[in-house]
Amino acid sequence: MDNAKIDNIIDKYPSDPSSLIQVLLDIQHENRWLPEEALKRVSKKLKVPLNRIQHIITFYKAFSVVPKGRHEIHVCTGTACHVRGAPRLLNTVQDLIGIKPGETDQDLKFSLETVNCVGCCALGPVMVVDGEYHGNMAPAKSEDVLKEYE
Amino acid sequence: MSEILLQIDGREVEAKEGMTILEAARSAGIFIPTLCHHEKLDPYGACRICVVEADAGGKTSLVASCLYPVEKNLVVRTRSEKVDKTRKMILELLLAHAPDAPALQDLAKEYGADKDRFAKESLFCILCGLCVRYCTEVKKKNAIGFFDRGARREISFIPEIASKECWNCKECFPLCPTSYLQAAYHLTEALAFPRHSIKCATGK
Amino acid sequence: MPRINSPAELEEFRKDIISKRDPKRPCIAVCTGTGCLALGAAKVVAAFKEELKKQGLQRKVDIRETGCPGFCERGPLIVIHPEEICYLRVQPGDAEEIVSQTILAKKIIDRLLYVDPITGEKIVRESEIPFYKNQMRHLIGNNIKIDPKSIDDYLAVGGYSALAKALGQETPEQVVEMVKDSNLRGRGGAGFPAGKKWEFARKSPGNPKYVVVNADEGDPGAFMDRAVLEGNPFSVLEGLTIGAYAIGSHEGYFYVRQEYPLAVENVTLAIKQAEEYGFLGKNILGSGFDFTVKVHRGAGAFVCGEETSLLRSLEGKPGEPRARPPYPAVKGLWEKPTNINNVETWANVPLIVTNGPEFLTSIGTKGSKGTKIFSLVGKVNNTGLVEVPMGITLRDIIYKVGGGIPGGKKFKAVQTGGPSGGCIPEEHLDIKVDFDELKKVGAIMGSGGMIVMDEDTCMVDVARYFLNFLTGESCGKCSPCREGIRQMLKILTKISEGKGKEGDIELLEEIAEATRDASLCALGGTAPNPVLNTIRYFRDEYEAHIKEKRCPAYVCKDLISYHIDPDKCQACMICLRKCPAQAISGGKKQIHVIDQEKCTKCGTCFEVCPARFDAVRRLSGVPVPPPIPEEARMIVRESKQK
Repeated sequence: MDNAKIDNIIDKYPSDPSSLIQVLLDIQHENRWLPEEALKRVSKKLKVPLNRIQHIITFYKAFSVVPKGRHEIHVCTGTACHVRGAPRLLNTVQDLIGIKPGETDQDLKFSLETVNCVGCCALGPVMVVDGEYHGNMAPAKSEDVLKEYE
Repeated sequence: MSEILLQIDGREVEAKEGMTILEAARSAGIFIPTLCHHEKLDPYGACRICVVEADAGGKTSLVASCLYPVEKNLVVRTRSEKVDKTRKMILELLLAHAPDAPALQDLAKEYGADKDRFAKESLFCILCGLCVRYCTEVKKKNAIGFFDRGARREISFIPEIASKECWNCKECFPLCPTSYLQAAYHLTEALAFPRHSIKCATGK
Repeated sequence: MPRINSPAELEEFRKDIISKRDPKRPCIAVCTGTGCLALGAAKVVAAFKEELKKQGLQRKVDIRETGCPGFCERGPLIVIHPEEICYLRVQPGDAEEIVSQTILAKKIIDRLLYVDPITGEKIVRESEIPFYKNQMRHLIGNNIKIDPKSIDDYLAVGGYSALAKALGQETPEQVVEMVKDSNLRGRGGAGFPAGKKWEFARKSPGNPKYVVVNADEGDPGAFMDRAVLEGNPFSVLEGLTIGAYAIGSHEGYFYVRQEYPLAVENVTLAIKQAEEYGFLGKNILGSGFDFTVKVHRGAGAFVCGEETSLLRSLEGKPGEPRARPPYPAVKGLWEKPTNINNVETWANVPLIVTNGPEFLTSIGTKGSKGTKIFSLVGKVNNTGLVEVPMGITLRDIIYKVGGGIPGGKKFKAVQTGGPSGGCIPEEHLDIKVDFDELKKVGAIMGSGGMIVMDEDTCMVDVARYFLNFLTGESCGKCSPCREGIRQMLKILTKISEGKGKEGDIELLEEIAEATRDASLCALGGTAPNPVLNTIRYFRDEYEAHIKEKRCPAYVCKDLISYHIDPDKCQACMICLRKCPAQAISGGKKQIHVIDQEKCTKCGTCFEVCPARFDAVRRLSGVPVPPPIPEEARMIVRESKQK
């Protein structure tokens, strides 16, 4: 990610340490992960020490320090979804793609994450792919949904 | 600063406003064990070994004495059945990580903590944070920091900074209750430091 | 957009908006909250737009994309005004029929109506559907009436009259008194009296002061705040502005979890529109009061719902809680006096100011006034958001509003309070929903998540689930929480794997005590609740797991086996084909047998075996019968020909 893009994002916010998380969220959203060079630049411009950035990007689950796949799958493992069978859905998706939550497949096609509640509890179990929500997701249906993604 | 009168272990103690229970107790010669506390650092309240029973506002609760500010008429008990039971459990939980740490072993004897109560954990850091806080607050170098959260929390050196600053410093080493810090440093040095730091070390 | 400079101007403007709206004009309100969007609401909206265009009705009929009205189980949901006809489970293909039949011909389409499961009666009007009839929807009732992206819609239903009254007719101290008199208790879970908290912040020395909306809503299973923020962000913004005035703050923040992108979007837009109208900024409504608000996103940390962690996160730091005292009202954001309240708490404020404290005190029990929004989810027929008066019984919520347990299953427990709460068994279903009553039975009100569980839920698994959740969400700073949860989780995992032993329950209780008493914050302090609570009410399940290696609910994989009853199997091949592990052998006339070594316990065979055969059995705590010999597996059917 080039410095101009990073600077654009940083300049949207007050240039002090309190903007750190918002800046990183925007970089993560645009770039889909946080490369080291971006972090060093943010550290310099917002005057935040690297050890705090290190803690923040590993503390908060919205951030990824490795490249993500083209399509991000989030399987909700909130309580309501859990009670409605989310563990089985997760197992099925894991078996289908061959990766565990937190991982990305070899072709950088899919990344899989669990998420602790997206607020669609009445439609559990829920699977979100690239921001598109799929409710009442029976494990057997997941293959059909994922087939649609290139 | 106004004087505040409180009671610790049945004794009347005079403290100044802004003091913590720990400071007030120490000024009166009353001992409270600590692990993550250090005079040069801001109180942290992470190990919770220093918990004491405090009666305030009609309630009794366990509070961290290193953080809790003194109040008028506060009644504090530094030892009691509840305090001892709690310290024993905390020690047993920490001993699962660092059974050989001298500071833990001494306290374990006092509170009857069994180092084999829980199965051994792989990480022998007890996350007291003394190293991280010393480097940030005293040395202001920020060469080491925390990493991740919950059960996966660890300490981690920032190689770019550590390779320049740590060789000539190492002031945090004696603070570590378990020697995990030294191990982490040497591992980072071996794996991640740029070559020039070897030059610094050998003088060549 | 014009800037409105006084309460009088506001009333003129409002009258003007209302006068331009014909109450008889047909309007199709389509819920486009995240839930209905997940069920295809966007396509429904598009279908209506196209159909109206096709029939040349775009100028005669309105479409309003609204926030969540709560009946999520039956989405996509539409309400046709002015008749308030409610259609459920609407598909894009229904648009044509609805426009032609209902809008034009004024005929009701029966198949889209709500059907009472007992009487079979079809109900037309939204307010008469039992799900809604038994609620008291002061806070979310407006959701289906307004487009959350339109401040004019909010003004048309009376919005901002509370702010005008507060700024124009009450002093800040009087507003604090009103909130105190209403007995409004925090809706985020702790239930601390909001008015008292406001007073502390007001009286604390220091400037500037801050007000914050806690929209982190981390409890899994709870989505009340999401619906309020997505559906009526102005109500929260107005409440926040009134609170800022009362406390003496000029800077406010919404801390919204980033997992709610639509809420972030709608709140940001609401702030922008409020600024344009002059409801934010300098000299609001000519009162001399200045107030600005910013939106700050969370970054995926449950602990940031705890107020001191939230403040650290606002400051750009890791979300590690701080010890209290000092409380945020004294030393909060940037060490300045700060008042944080939950979304629902702030949303109550305009109602209190407009209608007086009696609006809340006339509802509820002695200790808990007003209404509460719950997310009623899990094993219940009518899953969705319900707003009920405090004091209603749990039984009424689950059965009258919720329609009872689906599939003829038996109720087992209702979980409230998320990872800090507890499961309430049948024997306590008649207690009144009230902060203190719930505490007495070992649960807490929490933020409003209400998860219904039936006979197929394993309570040991529930405790393990919550601890597993917390072990990753704990900030990890203090040892009783980090280590205590770690060890309790280990024990529970062993128990669910059949490796539990005598003394495990007692050890769990011992660790729980230290974790509860010595943790730095309420995450650790309440972490033991689900464990202690399930031991209290469902100890027999724990003992079955430990002593008999049996899971009564057939959930814990290591303790269950699936077995096909050779006497019932009709060799239909359905389970054989569906088995993801290819663990079933058999053929067209050959009885199917599960290879226990290959079986992954996914339960697919159990689900797909046709009900008339009912051949798959779940076993737990007993050995699996050995497979019958190959020769005996042929099914001999009577020939159909004679």
